[in-house]
Amino acid sequence: MEPPLTNAGQLVETSIRLFTTVGAWLLFRLARLGRAGLFLTQTLYCTATPPLKLRLAVKQIWFIGWKSIGVICLMAAFTGMVLALQSYPTLKQLGSEGFLGPLVAVSLIRELGPVLSALMVTGRAGSSIAAEIGIRRTNEQIDALELMGLNPLRYLVTPNLLAFLVALPLLAAIFDVAAILGGYLVGVRLLGLNAGTYFGEMSHYVRMHDILGGLYKSASFGLLIAWVCCYKGYYTQPGAQGVSAATTQAVVNASVLILACDYFVTSLVF
Amino acid sequence: MICVEDLWKSFGAQEVLRGVSLRVRPGEFMALVGLSGCGKSVLLKHVVRLLEPDRGRVLVDGEDLAALSRRELEATRSRMGYLFQNSALFDSLTVYENVAFPLREKTRLGEGEIRRKVMSELKVVGLENAEEKYPAQLSGGMVKRVALARTLVRDPEIVLLDEPTTGLDPIVSRAILRLFASVHRRRNLTGILVSHDVPAIFGIVEKVAMLHGGKIVAVEPSTEARASRNPMLAQFVNGDAEGPIQHIETREEPAGPALPLELELEDAVQKPGVK
Repeated sequence: MEPPLTNAGQLVETSIRLFTTVGAWLLFRLARLGRAGLFLTQTLYCTATPPLKLRLAVKQIWFIGWKSIGVICLMAAFTGMVLALQSYPTLKQLGSEGFLGPLVAVSLIRELGPVLSALMVTGRAGSSIAAEIGIRRTNEQIDALELMGLNPLRYLVTPNLLAFLVALPLLAAIFDVAAILGGYLVGVRLLGLNAGTYFGEMSHYVRMHDILGGLYKSASFGLLIAWVCCYKGYYTQPGAQGVSAATTQAVVNASVLILACDYFVTSLVF
Repeated sequence: MICVEDLWKSFGAQEVLRGVSLRVRPGEFMALVGLSGCGKSVLLKHVVRLLEPDRGRVLVDGEDLAALSRRELEATRSRMGYLFQNSALFDSLTVYENVAFPLREKTRLGEGEIRRKVMSELKVVGLENAEEKYPAQLSGGMVKRVALARTLVRDPEIVLLDEPTTGLDPIVSRAILRLFASVHRRRNLTGILVSHDVPAIFGIVEKVAMLHGGKIVAVEPSTEARASRNPMLAQFVNGDAEGPIQHIETREEPAGPALPLELELEDAVQKPGVK
């Protein structure tokens, strides 16, 4: 029979158990991070080397880009409208209502356009891509590709990465235009600001650097969404629950990472 | 020749294969039978290196799969055909495109030659009129036949079939087995057929192996398996409730190859210290 543990012995045993659990958890997270890093590296390698599956990429641009235009325009118009509605009274108090156009344009081009369009595309296309790749995994289609001697990343991930890189900056640009028009509707048509003032002042305050910065942001968000959503789908757990969890995680992780990345890109670019 | 030597595989704390050894000679087809969830698909996936063993090795024509480079492994796999349990057809492609896919992607054949080969395979499986349909528009039996056509279209020397008749009615099952038997006779294929369809498969294969408790417990010529003296194989073939096999469903069959890291890591978190 083992002798009863003293208080000190119990403390040591609890500490060891705690360290073991925390250590295992940490190792697990590190291994996952490493696997995600390898996944991205291999995807970038496949994107930079032939054969590129351009037909698949074009199909994905159509799905991610073209099919998102409607919802992006709708979301953008309301964003621009509310931005104008909220800013106008404050600007009027300061006697600076002429700055409504630049305020709307700069906040959209630098910040809201890239971020909101990326969040919307994550919800609409990222989730769908994660689910589709996840189902291909559970249906053994990815194994089938591998057994044919084909690299599944070239067929499933690279086209999505290319499509996000092309479509997201374009969608952000469309978002900006639609939102500025939304701001025009409220600022000019509803609140009575002069149309010439609204648009004329913009050209003085919006610089090419702002526009390029917004596009860089969109491209980096595109990389991020493709990486997270494809990765989550590729390594999904089996069954409907696994695919559903992978889809949820893909959207949540990508959305959080977009906002975090936004901060760092902003501090680097602007 | 396929040679499996002392193969061990665990998923977390769950030991699925515990020293499996098996030998399939050239031109020989072996049926692999056993209870659901005993690890038959896991064993089959080791033969194409979709899974890595914890211990032991798999040799195909004398080459240790674990020692092959990616390019060499691709070359070995190109001589093999694998029919997945779920058929694994690409949903976005038509029947024709599914069967043509490996030829388009991995050979330099012209479109005319590809068409000739694909249509010839579709004719073999009796689906030459379904070439424009999508997998979702097909019945279970048709899906399996398309998958068989895709498996055979590159003229593999070694074929691995994972439950080609599961979920099908007896008439379609027999038709698929007859179809496979005629292909095997004509092409002299080597391979493994995982199936529960006993004793129907005994007329097709040369040998029958039984996997139980993570080990091969019987290997017999198919002509003798029907009246086997091995108590486990006899019980399985006759479907007896009483016998040495205690049929207790303790788990489902372990999942595919992408997950070991996930499972092992999660297990490590849940049960620190368990290897």
